[in-house]
Amino acid sequence: MASEKGHIVLEVMNLAVGYFSKKKPKIISENIQFSIAEGELVGLVGANGIGKSTLLRTLGRMQPKISGSILLKHKLLSTYTAMQLASELSMVLTEAAVSKNLTVLELVSLGRQPYTSWMGTLTEADKKAIQFALQATETAKLASQKCFELSDGQLQRVYIARALAQDTPLIILDEPTTHLDLYHRAYILKLLKKLASETGKCILFSTHEIDLAIQLSDKMLVMTPESNFFDTPCRLIEAGKFDALFPKETINFDSKTGRFNINN
Amino acid sequence: MESTATYKGYFVLLLLLLGLSFLTNISLGSVSIPLDEVISGLFGGGTSKDSWQYILIDYRLPKALTAILAGGGLAVSGLLMQTLFRNPLAGPFVLGLSSGASLGVAILILGAGAFGGYFGNLLVSQWSLVIAAAFGSFLVLLAVLAVTFRIKDTMAILIIGLMFGSVTSAVVAVLSYFSSAEQLQQYIFWSFGSLGNQSWQGVLILSICCVFGLLLSFFCSKSLNALLLGENYAKSMGLRIKRTTFLIILATSILAGSITAFAGPIAFVGLAVPHLTRQFFTTSNHFILIPAVLLCGSVLMLLCDTVAQLPFSEYTLPINAITALIGAPVIIWLLVRKRKLLF
Repeated sequence: MASEKGHIVLEVMNLAVGYFSKKKPKIISENIQFSIAEGELVGLVGANGIGKSTLLRTLGRMQPKISGSILLKHKLLSTYTAMQLASELSMVLTEAAVSKNLTVLELVSLGRQPYTSWMGTLTEADKKAIQFALQATETAKLASQKCFELSDGQLQRVYIARALAQDTPLIILDEPTTHLDLYHRAYILKLLKKLASETGKCILFSTHEIDLAIQLSDKMLVMTPESNFFDTPCRLIEAGKFDALFPKETINFDSKTGRFNINN
Repeated sequence: MESTATYKGYFVLLLLLLGLSFLTNISLGSVSIPLDEVISGLFGGGTSKDSWQYILIDYRLPKALTAILAGGGLAVSGLLMQTLFRNPLAGPFVLGLSSGASLGVAILILGAGAFGGYFGNLLVSQWSLVIAAAFGSFLVLLAVLAVTFRIKDTMAILIIGLMFGSVTSAVVAVLSYFSSAEQLQQYIFWSFGSLGNQSWQGVLILSICCVFGLLLSFFCSKSLNALLLGENYAKSMGLRIKRTTFLIILATSILAGSITAFAGPIAFVGLAVPHLTRQFFTTSNHFILIPAVLLCGSVLMLLCDTVAQLPFSEYTLPINAITALIGAPVIIWLLVRKRKLLF
């Protein structure tokens, strides 16, 4: 696929993801093939349990791949040291384990950890990156608040700010729109779109907001039980790939409106 | 991690409090010694009675130093456990660390009786107590950690800690059946917890262990800060989880193990002090929290010990009872007031 915007940052070929149980690989999804270039926003959609989180965790090297290759900046993902990877790839996770006792500023500045000394002292450059992250996500006003005081929507923006402060060419977000109302879902995805086009970062996110993702993503990866498709949303609609997402007897994809309709 | 406020004032206050409670602790006891005599005795000026000098230098001073080390060390190990397990209820006692240390000591003291007195007497020295307690707590922590990797549910970890407590008391019951009254008494007194009767050599050993454990903890501060976001985030920020977890566990078991060996299993300090400290230091930055928790723990332990020695009477209460009497209400009060405990 020709890249219109710039250099390829992430390239995935013939990837199979899943788990190793008792040393035997249990494949959840295979033949995954896509690439992301600078400044692109890529949405990942698929039904529950299809392997979206597994794929994102594999890309973030939080679990081993089963087969295939992942190239980050034309270099095999497995050849990066933990520290090198931390300055190339940042994550926004659906992690419940985060301490809510942190202030917003503390949480966002943790994103600078790959660059600071063992004392964690922040340099001027670090502080600049933190301020940029806070402003870009409109969380600067919340800086001194504790995380347990924030709403889900604000908290999500703070997590995105932390990833931004980490200042990596690639940001991966695992379902950043869950638990949010319609306005905040749209807000978060628009924010991602803006960040991708203005900062030139690649942003890969998984979501269940298929209609919003269709409108905002540059490209989409559609995961279905049979196969995985990667293209621009328009061409995916034309090829009828969204029809394969869910069982037809319950919902149908209307290619004219770009929406799902419930069958009565 | 950038902090929104500085805590210099609090630190100065805590240091003053530490000095004050240290002096109070030293000058009060079953024998009353006037304050000016205490000060001149401490700084080499000598006291008007030789017995006072002996009480000050060879009994009260080592006891006060042990209190400072034990309070600070246990409080810091509690903080490390709370961050590592991301659980506000974690602490060396709740997680069964102290039980592990008790088990080690029980097997050493009581088992020595079961397996023959000649070999036994050889074993029960201060160093071997330290090693047994540290080894016991290290094993328990490894077990707890092995469970943590398998089960993501933090409640399960606490239950396992409680189970280790039960196993310890069961093993102690079995061993005590085979031991002599003398050995049983030695173990029971050890398990009450006591800061007193420390030789200067013991204090030196304890301070070496504590300083090493504390330096290791402080060295882990940046990693601890990252762990506040959970393991996956920490990993994505370049943290080497296995190495870090190992270092934190090592620091905790050195601290909790050596303190439990010398002063017995002391409850609630590790759990309550970090929460109490967070009321004044509203930061999560471990570079600030570790020294703050250290100072708070030392001050609190000195105060507890001052109460335990029942000034002007000849009785001394077990320190374990006093820390529980103060620690448990503190936790309840924090829960009622804040409705939840945060780590």
